[in-house]
Amino acid sequence: MNCITCIEYIIVGIMIISAILAVEWRDLLAAAVGMAAVSLFASLLFFMLQAPDVAMTEAAIGAALSAAIFIFAIKRTQRFETEEEEKPGWWVRW
Amino acid sequence: MLKRALAIITLLIIGYWLAQGLAGVPFGEDRMLVGQYYLDHVKEQTGAVNAVTAVVVNYRGFDTLGEVTVLFIASTGVGALLWRRKKERTAKTEGSIVLTTGTRLLVPFVMLFGAYIFIHGHLTPGGGFPGGATIATAFLLLYMAFIVYEIPHKAFEKVEGAVGMTYVIVGLIGLAIGGYFLYDWIWQDWQWGAENIGRLFSGGFIPVIYTIIGLKVGTELSGIIDNMVKEEVSE
Repeated sequence: MNCITCIEYIIVGIMIISAILAVEWRDLLAAAVGMAAVSLFASLLFFMLQAPDVAMTEAAIGAALSAAIFIFAIKRTQRFETEEEEKPGWWVRW
Repeated sequence: MLKRALAIITLLIIGYWLAQGLAGVPFGEDRMLVGQYYLDHVKEQTGAVNAVTAVVVNYRGFDTLGEVTVLFIASTGVGALLWRRKKERTAKTEGSIVLTTGTRLLVPFVMLFGAYIFIHGHLTPGGGFPGGATIATAFLLLYMAFIVYEIPHKAFEKVEGAVGMTYVIVGLIGLAIGGYFLYDWIWQDWQWGAENIGRLFSGGFIPVIYTIIGLKVGTELSGIIDNMVKEEVSE
């Protein structure tokens, strides 16, 4: 395994971790940051797979603009998910 | 917990199924059918050095028109969903002095770089969509740093509509001259820039189309940001 493959495995690993964290975090602002991190590492991966056009578009749209738009939407709604899972009763959870 | 376990099991089954399907795809092998044609003929047929933008604008120009339409519909949809009779910016705190001064300094550079990206679409990576998104990022920076900043709406909406129309008109001129929509008349008929492939004034109508797309994407994403930031105020 050479160095490039090693770095690619690391990037894919960080991407998977950020994706899991982005859906796990209850703080939606943190989840938006996780989503932006997924975009950033996807952009790096596109660059390493020698697609600079796609990498630039992904960085400009995914990491900057969509994260900003998510944050604006969170600002106008609410920041935290409601804690329904801690409530008693299975009918609430489903 | 049961729901989560069921979801994970379902996802694992779907993932295994997709991996089985992908195992039959010959990655990394030289199996290009139409791709080799693009790589061989891109210079003489379109005058562009960047094969990606040549495919996006020239060979598959109809898809790009569709993408621009999708973006326009998204912008219109956001505008329609968030429409209020009276909308204003309700931010109360100005950005810190470092942020405002840095924005003042940085915005021209960001805009210049965005324009660079979409003008040089036929030579360097990029093109209309990243260039337009970069320009929209400059407007996002202005919105975040200053509490009173607003984009000039009238000018933006007019530019958006005019450049969208220009794209279709360029395609229709191609239809009139060459016989099909988005025919590259600047390159095929005029031979404009045929002797300096790889320089700025070459590439047929790719720089023209990408300037149009860059302006359109920039104004549209700025409009979406504007709609998201402003809130309704009671009269």
